[in-house]
Amino acid sequence: MKRLDDRGRIDHDHSFEFTYDGRTLTAHPGDTLASALLANGVDVIGTSVLMSRPRGVVTDNVTDPHAFAQVGTGSVTEPLMRMNEVEVFAGFEAEGRLHQGLLPTERESTRFEKRFAHCDVLVVGAGPAGLSAALAAADAGSRVILVDDHPHLGGALLGGEKLIDDKPATRWVADVEARLRANPDVTILTRTTAFNNGDQGAVALMERVTEHLPEAKRDGRALRRMWQVRTHELVVATGATERPLVFADNDRPGVMLAAGVRGFLHRFGLVPEKLVVFTACDDAYRTAIDLAGAGVDVQMVVDVRKDPQGSLIKRTRELGIEIRDNAAVIGTDGDADGVLTAVRVASLDGGVPEAIACDCLAVSGGWDPLFDLHLHVSGGSRWNRKLVGFVPDGSLPGIRVTGAAAGIFGTAGCRRDGHVVGLVAAEATGHGTTADGPAAPEGHDANEGPTADFVDVPGTERIHAFVDQHRDVALAGVDRALGSGIHHVEHVKRYTLVGTGTEQGRTAKVNAGRLTARHFGLDFAEVGISNARPLAQPMTFGSLAGRSLGVRFDPVRTTSIHPWHVAHGAIFEDVGQWKRPWFFPQGNEDMDAAVLRECAAVREGVGMMDASTLGKIDVKGKDAGEFLDRLYTGVMSSLKPGRARYGVMCKADGMVMDDGVVLRLADDHFMATTTTGGAAGVLDWMEDFLQTEWPYLDVWLTSVTEQWATVAVVGPKAREVMAVLAPELDVTQDAFKFMQLEDAVVAGIESRVARISFSGELAFEINVPMTYGLALWEAVFAAGQPFGITPYGTESMHVLRAEKGYFIVGQETDGTVTPLDLGLDWMIADKEFVGRRSLRRSDMLRDDRKQLVGILPVDSKDRLPEGAQLIDSAEYEIPVSMIGHVTSSYESSAMGRTFGLALVRNGRNRIGETIYAPLADRTVAVEIVDAVIFDQEGARRDG
Amino acid sequence: MADRAEPLAALQGRINDAAFGGTTLMTVPFVAQVGLRVEPGSAAAGRVETALGLELPEVNRMSESGGRRAIWLAPDEWLVVAADGEERSLVALLEEAIAGEGSVVDLSANRTGLELAGPDARTVLATCCSLDFHPRAFGPGQCAQTLIHKAGVLVEQRGDDRYLLLVRPSFAAYVAEWLLDGMLGLKADAAA
Repeated sequence: MKRLDDRGRIDHDHSFEFTYDGRTLTAHPGDTLASALLANGVDVIGTSVLMSRPRGVVTDNVTDPHAFAQVGTGSVTEPLMRMNEVEVFAGFEAEGRLHQGLLPTERESTRFEKRFAHCDVLVVGAGPAGLSAALAAADAGSRVILVDDHPHLGGALLGGEKLIDDKPATRWVADVEARLRANPDVTILTRTTAFNNGDQGAVALMERVTEHLPEAKRDGRALRRMWQVRTHELVVATGATERPLVFADNDRPGVMLAAGVRGFLHRFGLVPEKLVVFTACDDAYRTAIDLAGAGVDVQMVVDVRKDPQGSLIKRTRELGIEIRDNAAVIGTDGDADGVLTAVRVASLDGGVPEAIACDCLAVSGGWDPLFDLHLHVSGGSRWNRKLVGFVPDGSLPGIRVTGAAAGIFGTAGCRRDGHVVGLVAAEATGHGTTADGPAAPEGHDANEGPTADFVDVPGTERIHAFVDQHRDVALAGVDRALGSGIHHVEHVKRYTLVGTGTEQGRTAKVNAGRLTARHFGLDFAEVGISNARPLAQPMTFGSLAGRSLGVRFDPVRTTSIHPWHVAHGAIFEDVGQWKRPWFFPQGNEDMDAAVLRECAAVREGVGMMDASTLGKIDVKGKDAGEFLDRLYTGVMSSLKPGRARYGVMCKADGMVMDDGVVLRLADDHFMATTTTGGAAGVLDWMEDFLQTEWPYLDVWLTSVTEQWATVAVVGPKAREVMAVLAPELDVTQDAFKFMQLEDAVVAGIESRVARISFSGELAFEINVPMTYGLALWEAVFAAGQPFGITPYGTESMHVLRAEKGYFIVGQETDGTVTPLDLGLDWMIADKEFVGRRSLRRSDMLRDDRKQLVGILPVDSKDRLPEGAQLIDSAEYEIPVSMIGHVTSSYESSAMGRTFGLALVRNGRNRIGETIYAPLADRTVAVEIVDAVIFDQEGARRDG
Repeated sequence: MADRAEPLAALQGRINDAAFGGTTLMTVPFVAQVGLRVEPGSAAAGRVETALGLELPEVNRMSESGGRRAIWLAPDEWLVVAADGEERSLVALLEEAIAGEGSVVDLSANRTGLELAGPDARTVLATCCSLDFHPRAFGPGQCAQTLIHKAGVLVEQRGDDRYLLLVRPSFAAYVAEWLLDGMLGLKADAAA
């Protein structure tokens, strides 16, 4: 195409260079990639997906079936960018990859943002209908967001020469825009695509913020910004898309959609030399008229209709343009590159075709209202025989379709309907009334004749008469699908791929559906088209993720003592969202060496650990004891103030849910601790029972997990460390017994100290407000130096507890393990509690359930992998019956050997027997022992 | 008594540097906070109101008197907030008022504060919080429990463009990272 200096909305006075497929080309500010390529004579932008046929730009908007490019390089490359949306700039680089994009080879450096927004009325599309709706709603006092995917407002008005109130339509657009911009409660987003409509007004937008700027001018701003809008009312004013006609070689570069050709003239000043128009409707005559007015040699309008009438046809005749009615383009000719040189035109009644030389064929098969945002939420559609297009059917709460999207095609009609829709939407949000609102704008639209219901040219060659150019599906492909007995459009879609891919069949689906209906002699209104599903347009994952990357992806929770752990080289373990010290390696220690050292220190001297992540729930009220009795298997109401008791809670199915120690602080006051991962769930569980089952209980729950930091001082020398830390606290066995709590000043900090042990050793857990955690930890570490105090992590904690046969929720249990399976019969009190009934089911009392036992590999150096299966005999053939599995497996410094815990069928009755763990490289014999392997008499807990 | 650690000490420098165009982020490391659970409309609730000199607020509202604020959390739950150091006297006052009919828990270490203020404060929140903070929907004296991306926060509007976010200390850095990133983006937008 060639550029006219006095046409278009680009900056003719300035130009710059950009690169396409390695070629250096020139463009003007305001050019899209598509317009720039046409202006540079790049008629062939790439080849098609299956048949490798040359393809060119088809239209000036995002419905173009193959104008896709790879934009940018390196870490800022983006695949399958729509050439009609991409604005070029100096230094811009792109590659013609029409069907398959490339992902960045390096980590993306692009900034994508997300923004939440709320409004009364969201208007999508800033054509005459959308602008009118936005203005009416905003003037009524609504909070309005208006979005349009172009850089400028105006929609279809930008691609034509229409008058509004006897002035150029663009003047009216500018006036409306100025009024909207002056309103602080209106947000206008250009270069923005509404790509998804969720339920209840949740609409997703993608704004191209700096994509149209050279990288040097982006200045740290986002490339794109996704808006998550929650709107009360949605106005869909997304216009309509033009569909092509199907005839042989209709995919040749130079064959374009009629309104697209007109758009390239009005928006970019681009015109062909010689034009032929081929149409089934009146609108394409505007292309002939406008291009003739720009000096283009318009050879002929070929109209499939007989004797079309109407003002546009009359005007075309007046301009001396030949109109060939009841005729069709039956084929095209091209040069060596495949680019259009002539069309062959014949009467639909037959006769000799006539070749007409041209470099552009502007085709229009009619218009399809575009209302995806209505369809995304299961809105209906119906075939309108008069319009020859689908229109929205029925109404959805809070969604209104207006303008061409609703099948209203005249500018005056669009303004009137948009205005009314805007008033109605505003009224629905409590602003203004439709009765007292300003009057709708005046004006009349030209009378247009009916569109012909016409898809393919009869008798045309079928191999290269394309129905879906994006997917290279021609009439022959559709024939094949229908001939094989497929009759549902969704099946035709899957079989042929019509309507799939990046472009999603914008220009193909209606034609494919009509061909299907015709083949079976069915009414197209009944056959319909394949679904329009979200997203309305493809979006890259990066732009959907936004800034949810790195440190912002998911919370990393740490305790107030964490900086010390980091400074002292801790290796961390993820426990839910928490990072907990796993072990503290010294020198070149590996994990095994560090854990053996830490465990030995706890068993022989003194260790310390950060237990702050344990969940803590404050339970208050006269019925607090009763409440806890109902949730734990054991009795808590009999605890004396100042005492603590270990408890297990079950789900209603009798399976272990969580465990922890319950502290009684006063008659009506308890603190229940939970597992680190279970804290939130247990509080919800408790509240659930309190609010729905036992609302009459006087109990009040408060999460205090992060109020308290907890430092455990553990080991035979713990008492000596405590004596240094809390000189006023009597830590002797007689004064401070196991499972006793005392308020005390520890290291100058008011603390709550409890003798709770998760290792079997003498242990003191010191609780202080979280903000004092680090100060306490440092004081404990300093005071413990003379005793060789050793910080230890979760791995050593796990080893120490396993030696004592203490289970861990989620490690020994998996939702199928009861307290009885764990050997906790002694903890099940004779009273009602959640899960009790289930525990009495015969299945729960079977003696061949899997039960928790200890295991000792016969080879005391062999450490089994956790999860290893256990079987009855050393010799086996697969499949072999499994009798259990290893739940925990460690090396014990105290016992000088490996050991483990396992769930074994009927395990407690099999103590002393040998069973086997069949591994890939060996079979390990293990002896079943009591779950409590170390210190079975419990002699160590008092020091 | 030993020193307390500020939960956001490690991010303090970046928080100070984030200010742009009159919009600032500030840490409020220590706030006296007391959890109050009491039956609304009960005699105990009445005694609490007398003791505090304020009415316990309705849904998502805050009421204030003499430097103490009661923030609505749930139909029978409020967070009573005061200046750092007042937690002990506040607990005593409220314990006496409820007289065993409800619950009073010191939560001063359970949340830390971040104050976001300035002309773009609302937009910063819009980068990471899905709530509507438009003056028609939210204003001074209102509060809400919501999410900053994935972390729970209690937001209280303290002035026309001033918001206090109370957040669990283990989530504070995460929340601050989102606010800082939002400020970074808006600062770039403002400069363009």
